[in-house]
Amino acid sequence: MRRILSILVENEAGALSRVSGLFSARGYNIESLTVAPTEDNSLSRMTLVTHGNDNIIEQIIKQLYKLVDTVKVLDLTDGSHIEREMMLIKVRCGTLPEKDEIKRLSDIFRGKILDVTETSYTIEITGTSEKLDAFINVIDNSNILEVVRSGASGISRGAKGLRVT
Amino acid sequence: MELNGSEIVIKCLQEEGVKHIFGYPGGAVLHLYDAIFQQNNIQHILVRHEQAATHAADGYTRSTGKTGVALVTSGPGATNAVTGIATAYMDSIPMVVITGQVITEWVGTDAFQEVDTVGITRPCSKHNFLVTDINDIAKTIKKAFYIASTGRPGPVVIDIPKNITDPNIKIPFEYPKTISMRSYNPTMHGHRRQVKKAVELLLTAKRPMIYSGGGVILGNAENQLIQLVQSLGFPITSTLMGLGAYPSTDKQFVGMLGMHGTYEANMGMHDCDVLLAIGARFDDRVTGDVKTFCPNAKIIHIDIDPSSISKNIRVDIPIVGSVDSVLKDMIDIINSKQTKPDAEALEKWWQIINQWRSVNCMEYDKKSELVKPQLVIETLRKLTTDDHYVTSDVGQHQMFAAQFYKFNKSRRWINSGGLGTMGFGLPAAMGVQIANPNAEVACITGEASIQMCIQELATCKQYDLPIKIINLNNGYMGMVRQWQEFFYDKRYSNSYVEALPDFKKLVESYGHIGMRIEKPSDIEATLKEALAIKNRLVFIDCIIDPTENVYPMIQAGKGHHEMHMSPFISSDRELA
Repeated sequence: MRRILSILVENEAGALSRVSGLFSARGYNIESLTVAPTEDNSLSRMTLVTHGNDNIIEQIIKQLYKLVDTVKVLDLTDGSHIEREMMLIKVRCGTLPEKDEIKRLSDIFRGKILDVTETSYTIEITGTSEKLDAFINVIDNSNILEVVRSGASGISRGAKGLRVT
Repeated sequence: MELNGSEIVIKCLQEEGVKHIFGYPGGAVLHLYDAIFQQNNIQHILVRHEQAATHAADGYTRSTGKTGVALVTSGPGATNAVTGIATAYMDSIPMVVITGQVITEWVGTDAFQEVDTVGITRPCSKHNFLVTDINDIAKTIKKAFYIASTGRPGPVVIDIPKNITDPNIKIPFEYPKTISMRSYNPTMHGHRRQVKKAVELLLTAKRPMIYSGGGVILGNAENQLIQLVQSLGFPITSTLMGLGAYPSTDKQFVGMLGMHGTYEANMGMHDCDVLLAIGARFDDRVTGDVKTFCPNAKIIHIDIDPSSISKNIRVDIPIVGSVDSVLKDMIDIINSKQTKPDAEALEKWWQIINQWRSVNCMEYDKKSELVKPQLVIETLRKLTTDDHYVTSDVGQHQMFAAQFYKFNKSRRWINSGGLGTMGFGLPAAMGVQIANPNAEVACITGEASIQMCIQELATCKQYDLPIKIINLNNGYMGMVRQWQEFFYDKRYSNSYVEALPDFKKLVESYGHIGMRIEKPSDIEATLKEALAIKNRLVFIDCIIDPTENVYPMIQAGKGHHEMHMSPFISSDRELA
């Protein structure tokens, strides 16, 4: 089962490699991992997407807590949450009908065209990972010049925040 | 008080109560060694290889509970230390290892003797630090000792670039009195409701079994364990790491369990209805096939490390907390209760266990004309007291020592359980002897293992360490040979140790005493003679039966009820 974990770690050198090293050493998979500092400079927040049954996820969370730098771990999948990923995609569109088609698709997906050349559009799309997959699927594969995805970020719904207590 | 970085490191170690450092100098730690030279509070023990520095610090810790310290240089110094760090990590031994590093400006430039120590030791240490500012030294050392010795203990590595210990840069020094870390707060006390539930389950048991591990020793909970086991009257088995926490000669002790455990312990595990696991981690050498592990049992597991719980085996009642605190709570609850264990059921259970016991699963050929390793260990046991320290290397001799020495006290049995590090025994014995100068220390080893750290005989000479080394010499890597005999049709690929040295002459050249045991009638007299020499290291080369195997044996991946027994006991009887 796909899970999204939010992890607060001390913003120390090596924190990222401790987390990624844990996953590779214990054979857990990482679908995506995003890291950046938070409003509190001493903390980094990671969003990690992984797969596994309940036992594996329980072990992953325990192992994450075992890292000395880990302050808090939350399995967002346990509750109602919001997930967003950003994608930059460069698409070939040489002819006018192609340009129209890409513009139309981009609008449907609420994308923004950020860069235009005679033969290409670069589009920004934000949404769940599934939505980004869907956009890629509707574009003819041979016309995709480049794709960059941020990996998922997640936050729980409601007024309560994930904080250090 | 203004101090330079090197002086600060030494001062911090003094503040932590460190009396001994095991180490080996080199370029990146020259400033530190200069500071060591100029003080008298801490004694530096010069080993002959960095692996030995970490094993010695480890043996020092295992025998005392005090965090051992090793100091090595950058690059090869650090990589040589890695085996010892990983050994301590697998057995949860608190240790602080200080490694030198090239100057900060050169880090990442492939400088001479540079290696990414923090990167290399990350997966085999509890935590590690790279100190990049002289102002961080004191705080980092304080944190390192705190992290190493609390929660589930483990080794912590501090990597210090050479410029940080520069004698010309001085800062005011103050050692932090306390430390608090928001990201690191081990749970010490078990959840009261869980403990209650566990006690209730224990009191309903008809066929209970207690399975205790190294965590009992690490958590200094031996007395609580003894009290609990004796008040319940239940049988108790122990892992390799837990031996000695409960007296092996007590009638409730059914011996070690697992791959080379006793028939009664493994059958008891297989048939029990309630299992109480205390400070043990359900290692594969203990569980065998997890699918057939304790098939009818409800399992209670006490451990300080939440990640140990339900990692290999799902448990019914997990209790996270320090073993001593949880056992204390358990004893209190039991004492306050009217209900007592089911005496009638227990009586029946003991009858079954005693039947298993009567198989005498560790019996061996005492009339053999060859020296049997088991007899050497039994004789050593007879000639020594419960206070004797015994270290071992890894392999058949280690199992024979575990099976036959009958440890009655905690912290007397020092061996590499988790990582299974050959070469551990001698340097560990040095650490034990340095920590306990008046104690008697034996190192049970084999001719293959001992050669992995044989150079330490020189260290033993330099510091007059009167260790007694018992070398069970069968000319083979015994355990490898045993597996090849059983599982590879006797194709003894590379397990025969050709071109062995004359150990007697070898140890004499190091300035020690060498003895030899070649026939069974030599054993007692020679061991007696060796043990009587109190102030010298004696190496006893025992030429043993090269075909002897360790029994009983559970093949990797098989269940507790599928033991191979010694052909000496039963060639045709189906025991399980």
